[in-house]
Amino acid sequence: MSSATKTGAMVSAEKSSGLEMIRVRGLTKTYHAGDVDVHALRGVDLDVARGEFLAIIGPSGSGKSTLFNILGGLTPPTDGQVWIDGVDLRGLSESQRTEMRQRKIGFVFQKYNLLPTLTARDNIALAQNLSHRNAPPPGFDEILQMLGIKDRLGRRPRALSGGEQQRVAIARALVTQPAILLADEPTGNLDTENSVAVLNILRDLNMRNRQTILMITHNPEAAAYADRIVAIRDGEMHDA
Amino acid sequence: MINKLVLENLKARWVRTFLSALVVGVQVMSILTLIGLSDGLLEQSANRAKGSGADIFLKPGAQNTFSLSSGQVLQKFVPLVAKQPHVAAAVPVLIVPVQVVTSMNGVDLTELERVTGRIRFLEGGPPKGLDDLLVDEYYAKQNKVRVGRTVRMLNHDWRVCGVIPAGLLGRFIVPLQRLQQLTGNAEPARISQILIKLDDPALVNQEVEYLNQLLKGNLQAISMSAFVSQFSMNSIPELKAFVGVITVISVVVGFLVVFLSMYTAVVERTREIGILKALGAKPLTILDILVREAIILAILGWIIGLGLSFAAKTIVMTFLPASLPVVTVPDWWPIAAAIAIVGALLGAVYPGLKAARQDAIEALAYE
Repeated sequence: MSSATKTGAMVSAEKSSGLEMIRVRGLTKTYHAGDVDVHALRGVDLDVARGEFLAIIGPSGSGKSTLFNILGGLTPPTDGQVWIDGVDLRGLSESQRTEMRQRKIGFVFQKYNLLPTLTARDNIALAQNLSHRNAPPPGFDEILQMLGIKDRLGRRPRALSGGEQQRVAIARALVTQPAILLADEPTGNLDTENSVAVLNILRDLNMRNRQTILMITHNPEAAAYADRIVAIRDGEMHDA
Repeated sequence: MINKLVLENLKARWVRTFLSALVVGVQVMSILTLIGLSDGLLEQSANRAKGSGADIFLKPGAQNTFSLSSGQVLQKFVPLVAKQPHVAAAVPVLIVPVQVVTSMNGVDLTELERVTGRIRFLEGGPPKGLDDLLVDEYYAKQNKVRVGRTVRMLNHDWRVCGVIPAGLLGRFIVPLQRLQQLTGNAEPARISQILIKLDDPALVNQEVEYLNQLLKGNLQAISMSAFVSQFSMNSIPELKAFVGVITVISVVVGFLVVFLSMYTAVVERTREIGILKALGAKPLTILDILVREAIILAILGWIIGLGLSFAAKTIVMTFLPASLPVVTVPDWWPIAAAIAIVGALLGAVYPGLKAARQDAIEALAYE
């Protein structure tokens, strides 16, 4: 088992002070494929400070998506402990994990995952609605301005470019004021220009709003936008 | 917002939405048309009974109101009844079925007019011979029958002598004697019922009681109002059973249609369900979305069904007014809606549960 705690790029004193937003200890995840056990994660330790922008880099099959899914409360770990914003995920029922997703997690996916039948505005409103919020958070208008999608909100996903869709997906993730923004290969489907734009937006969000961001990527150039980079290989964490 | 998502989902797959609603609508139309036909037949029978102008009916003691189709009453009772106090006229009628829902009435027209008053003819006039036939306006219109034409019924050729307004006894009226001969009711002369006209209609109840005592169960006297009130679905167990069967079939078809529609929708939208779950939608929320879609399909189907039922009624009453008297049955609109919704809800349950149980990660990975 290796530790990636407080390693990598410099983290500001302000960001590293206080409780960790994510704390992972001895995390394992084993899938059963027929008679074979597949160990996706093998005792991972990880701390992510409040307001930190962390990139987890690793090749396909390294376990990074499994880590993403566990941190997002989409699947329970086999063993180990995970705290998200002070909440211990161990022992949470599916319903409780769903509530945690509503309140604490914002997802950005590689394939954007916008609902195709709804406009950009309604995609954002649906996430707000599902988290039981009556209105967008204060300052959300500025976020839309920063994302550059204010004049595209009336369009459905198929009428938006990939970069625009991803920016709508970021807005959707932020409308619930999540404690953590989890981004899984957010630039994986984008061209270079749009990739740079999205990564700049993520970094701006982190810098301006102190939004904690955990980004999964296999691309070192994308990872370089983060405060800190840790690597994952064969289900174990390594210093990048 | 959930409602908007539901509506947008239905709009986005409008062909499937329309076809599903259409099939539900056809079921709703079937219910409303069949009930309308049943009510129409009953209403028509009641109107004909009322149209006879009789104050009292005499029919076989143990016979059901709706079984007047053969000669079970000896005609020799007629003179006995006719000479009772306050009986102004007693007219024997033989009723014989000639088509599925149509019967032929054998009666002496001169006698009948003592009960009905003077009969109005739209065309032609009263029978002059034993083989003359009166038809009502619907039959004449539907079959383009004119006076003088020969019509074959009961393996007998009849000459149409006149056309009368609908609502008098039955679709066809022929001389009693010939009908008795053709149906084996001549020796001894038998009839189906006796129409009685009183000299004072206010004495109906008293006279009914008197006749029932006099006839000692051989015949049953029943007032016109009591007779007409029996023309309801509740009075006919067979019709109630028929309606029950139609209802069950409609629920089953509605269930199957919505089940298929929702099941394919769930498979097609696997990824969307994963997205909703990732956004924090609980299983009940997913189920709720599908149930709302199913209810909207049922409501759309109901609206389409109402429209189709009016269209069906118009078509039937235009082309088959004599055979199938369909009436509008607004009392059944909410029942038909409930049947459509129950079928749709049953159809949404399994796909809804399947969607609600879907694993978010697998759903998000679905291509």
